[in-house]
Amino acid sequence: MSSSRPWLPHISLPTLIGIVLLAIHLIMAIGAPWLAPYPPNTIDTNNAFQAPSSQHVFGTDRYGRDILARVIYGGQVALVISLASAVLSVLLGGLIGVIVAYVGGIVDEITMRVIDAVISIPGILLLLVIVTGLGTGTPVIILAMVLSYMPGVIRVIRATVQEYVPRDFIVAARLRGERVSDIVWVELLPNILDVLCVEFAMRASWIVLSVSGLSFLGFGVNPPTPDWGLMVNENRAVLVLSPWGTIFPMIAVATLVVSLNVVSDEIAKVFGIDRGVRR
Amino acid sequence: MASYVFGRCFSALVTLFVVAAIIFVATEVLPGDVATAVLGRDATPKRLAALRAQLQLDRPASARYMDWLYAFVQGDWGYSLARPKQAILPLIGERVRNTLWLSGIAGVIGVLLSLLLGVVAGLKRNTWFDTLVSTLSLIGMSLPEFVIGSLLMLLFGVIWALLPAVTIVQPQATFTALFPSMILPAVTLVIVMVAYILRMVRSSVIDVAHSDYVQMAYLKGVPHRRVVWHHIIPNALIPTINAIALTVAWLIGGVVVVETVFNFPGIGRLLTSAVSDRDLPLVQALGLVGAVFYIGINIVADIATLWLTPRLRTQYWRVADE
Repeated sequence: MSSSRPWLPHISLPTLIGIVLLAIHLIMAIGAPWLAPYPPNTIDTNNAFQAPSSQHVFGTDRYGRDILARVIYGGQVALVISLASAVLSVLLGGLIGVIVAYVGGIVDEITMRVIDAVISIPGILLLLVIVTGLGTGTPVIILAMVLSYMPGVIRVIRATVQEYVPRDFIVAARLRGERVSDIVWVELLPNILDVLCVEFAMRASWIVLSVSGLSFLGFGVNPPTPDWGLMVNENRAVLVLSPWGTIFPMIAVATLVVSLNVVSDEIAKVFGIDRGVRR
Repeated sequence: MASYVFGRCFSALVTLFVVAAIIFVATEVLPGDVATAVLGRDATPKRLAALRAQLQLDRPASARYMDWLYAFVQGDWGYSLARPKQAILPLIGERVRNTLWLSGIAGVIGVLLSLLLGVVAGLKRNTWFDTLVSTLSLIGMSLPEFVIGSLLMLLFGVIWALLPAVTIVQPQATFTALFPSMILPAVTLVIVMVAYILRMVRSSVIDVAHSDYVQMAYLKGVPHRRVVWHHIIPNALIPTINAIALTVAWLIGGVVVVETVFNFPGIGRLLTSAVSDRDLPLVQALGLVGAVFYIGINIVADIATLWLTPRLRTQYWRVADE
């Protein structure tokens, strides 16, 4: 692209919209205590099933809880769980991927066998199997997300590191007698940082989708936590009577995932990494 | 070729063995007493003891795992805990039938539609059609299945009331009785599938259209139509076989949510109710069934790719001959 400012990525309109949406989501999540008009869990049964009005901009649900407040706090829940899971997946996956690629041999063989197996369990199935074993709740969801999204990271990082291990600068560092940890930090990490960033961005958006899906099924965070998927699940039965409780959280999930997808596409483009299909 | 197929199937069996172990470990060996987990904290000691005996919890986990796997292969899938006296195999059987109908319809329509849209979008790159299709697919990818499903249900099931919003027929119903209830779930699955495959097909078509041999064909004076049908499409579709397989395999996961949204009586709906009931044997069996399908589809895709790509095939033969 022949731009007069080659250091600045060319930003198209959809990308700009994505970045703005993501910024709005982040601001709402961080500023929730100040932005939300009511506490998310205050029950007021006299005002149940209110349509949107000046008092309750998004209406209220069956317990009279303010839907706008719950949607805003729901962003906190979604972002905290997703970011925590994505960070852990990428850090742990990156670490294991580097070790496995560097050590090679039987360790590599066994790890990859297990990873192939984990990847062979369709996403939601693995999540449900874990939930059956461990029950629901935020820590379990984060663990389940890490267990199901980390293997993909390990695979990608291992393949990337394997390309670098035989190269001259690594061989030279080895011959200089540098410690393995130094080689990893100083020589390898700068080279795989771009891949790690792209993996993080991609997985963050998939994890938001998975978390909301799991909560929708009723196996995510426990009520009365204001989670978008859980809100859709709770308010779906009264879809006809009061669609507000279902529609606003759905818009919230959709805009967050759209913005994450757009931004991660852009990050991948900037680093020149081909973003493949969902793995 | 035969040795490749054999080797691929063997490695799939090894993978399946590990998958079964993961499912078993995740559901049974994890912390806490399984019997308490299933029955709850206030269960009577007598019932706990009975369940422990039924699940043979006094034996080591490795022995139970081997027994479970051996019985599974022989077709003895045990009994459901939450549905007393209900054998798992026939229970799953009729649900698998319904899910196969649903995902079969969705899969065929979804694959054909995404190939069509993806090829056209790729050939007409940067036109309004391409922009529209690409934007819609990005939106489709970003909407969770339950959002798409609920929106369709609201529009076609409630507001316009054209189709049943939820399934109320029995799981044993015939295809014709079940068909109206299948439309909305199938459309939901198609939308998500198309969003994913289309992007792959489009970028693959663009890659091939810019390759040297396509440029060469144009320079030789081969008509555009012939270049498209004989040079671009066949070469662009082969790399997408794996993407299609991944997405079709994703269907197995997607049906879990979609069936729950529409209360469709398939294995997905059965799985979510088994998880709520903490019905371990049923969850284990369904997990394994899902994994078998998933691995099977991927083997088919790998073999199809090899079969359709002479370059890869001869490469493999050469390696095998050496």
